Amino acid sequence: MYSEKVMDHFTNPRNVGEVEHANGLGEVGNVVCGDIMRISLLVEDNIIKDVKFRTFGCAAAIATSSMVTEMVKGKTIQEALEISNKAVAEALDGLPPVKMHCSNLAADALHKAIKDYLKTA
Amino acid sequence: MRKVYLDHSATTPVRREVAKIVSEYMLDRFGNPSSIHSYGQEAKTALEKARSQVADLINADAAEIIFTSGGTEADNLAIMGVAQANATKGNHIITSAIEHHAVLDTCKELEKEGFEVTFLPVDEDGLVSLEDVKKAIKQETILITIMHANNEVGTIEPIEEIGKLAREHGIIFHTDAVQSLGKVPIDVKEMNIDLLTGSGHKIYGPKGTGFLYVRKGIKLKPRAFGGEQERKRRPGTENLPGIVGLGLAAELAGKEMEEERVNQASLRDKLIKGLRESIPHVRLNGHPHQRIPSNVNVSFAYVEGESLLLSLDACGIAASSGSACTSGTLDPSHVLLAMGLTHEMAHGSVRMTLGKDTTEEDIQYVLDNFPAIVERLRMMSPLYYQRQKESV
Repeated sequence: MYSEKVMDHFTNPRNVGEVEHANGLGEVGNVVCGDIMRISLLVEDNIIKDVKFRTFGCAAAIATSSMVTEMVKGKTIQEALEISNKAVAEALDGLPPVKMHCSNLAADALHKAIKDYLKTA
Repeated sequence: MRKVYLDHSATTPVRREVAKIVSEYMLDRFGNPSSIHSYGQEAKTALEKARSQVADLINADAAEIIFTSGGTEADNLAIMGVAQANATKGNHIITSAIEHHAVLDTCKELEKEGFEVTFLPVDEDGLVSLEDVKKAIKQETILITIMHANNEVGTIEPIEEIGKLAREHGIIFHTDAVQSLGKVPIDVKEMNIDLLTGSGHKIYGPKGTGFLYVRKGIKLKPRAFGGEQERKRRPGTENLPGIVGLGLAAELAGKEMEEERVNQASLRDKLIKGLRESIPHVRLNGHPHQRIPSNVNVSFAYVEGESLLLSLDACGIAASSGSACTSGTLDPSHVLLAMGLTHEMAHGSVRMTLGKDTTEEDIQYVLDNFPAIVERLRMMSPLYYQRQKESV
């Protein structure tokens, strides 16, 4: 059902937790649909220095959250804003079709965190 | 790695003695029961023996058993068949909100044909109230269909009383007993049951086998046409190997029921107790006592069911969940929501169903592995994090 990469990120998720002194925070999803993703990040000089996630949800939700944190660490916020949910899924060698809509929201959470940073910066 | 199969409510392995007789009726005794020659007569004898074996398990007469392709077909035949045969008497059907989809979707189909269906609510343990059934009955009611035991939470419904009530009002009573058959005693006569659905692969029989018990005198409109088989109620050449397997599985289930009931209930209670003691924020779903001996259904707050299942699977433990992610829809279990669980708790549910080969060691293995799995997922969960922050 899931690719090896999804199972790897689900079993050994990267960057779990909450960034200390975060200056951007984004949360998407709700308990009704069964997925909540929360991303915190620290931006310095336009670069994402640190990023962490916490996710309530299925393996796809956890794996996409983990993957997106790996994809953007060290990137500029412009580069990070260009990453789409689809790109995250592709980086995981794809997701089952039914998961593309409900559990593939990690980039949205990331973008929300960046916008939160930009609002206060 | 140890493998522990705890999904017996989904399906069971076929017993060796059953598989043996099934293959015998495929390879050597392959006759068509409708044929006049010795091959046919041998097949006919086997067919009727299986009918008696199934009938004996529920105290029915052999002539009251119709073999089907499984529980879903039997539910469809019962509900559609009774509704259409009795449409001149009335158009109202009573069922519950927690039925299997084979019942729910058939009732919804009948709504499109002009029937009116009352979907009764259940309480927090998953029980239908007799009072609610009573209140729902009206002049036009022709059928009550309430399951014996719920497939997700294992709650046993008061069908004997519901059957009595139906009988007093001259209403036909059907029960889906797929999850209770062979696990708890069923007596269709004592329990006032007019129609009953059973399935083969839940009792260590072959998949694609099942039956509908139809009490003598109950009118039923068939769903298929084209032969004399099953008294024209389910025409088509019989799946004889499957039916013979179902018959033997039913006989053995009856013989071992008492012993299995005691064994499995004790392991079930050990599992429930152990999970509650080792993991905080756990809810037992379903009735605390009035449940089939094989069912454990628990919800873990702050985590999601599919993640739990995949983590359990990585330890060799096979279970199921009422989470939306495992149902292929966007909604979590209709049963858990009807019982009043929040979406979060419904998403975080895990069902473990024991079988005759489940051992004490299996249960201990699950208990040894479960706490760390929940803990790992909770450490990742923003809901748990929120809760920890608030409680400081």
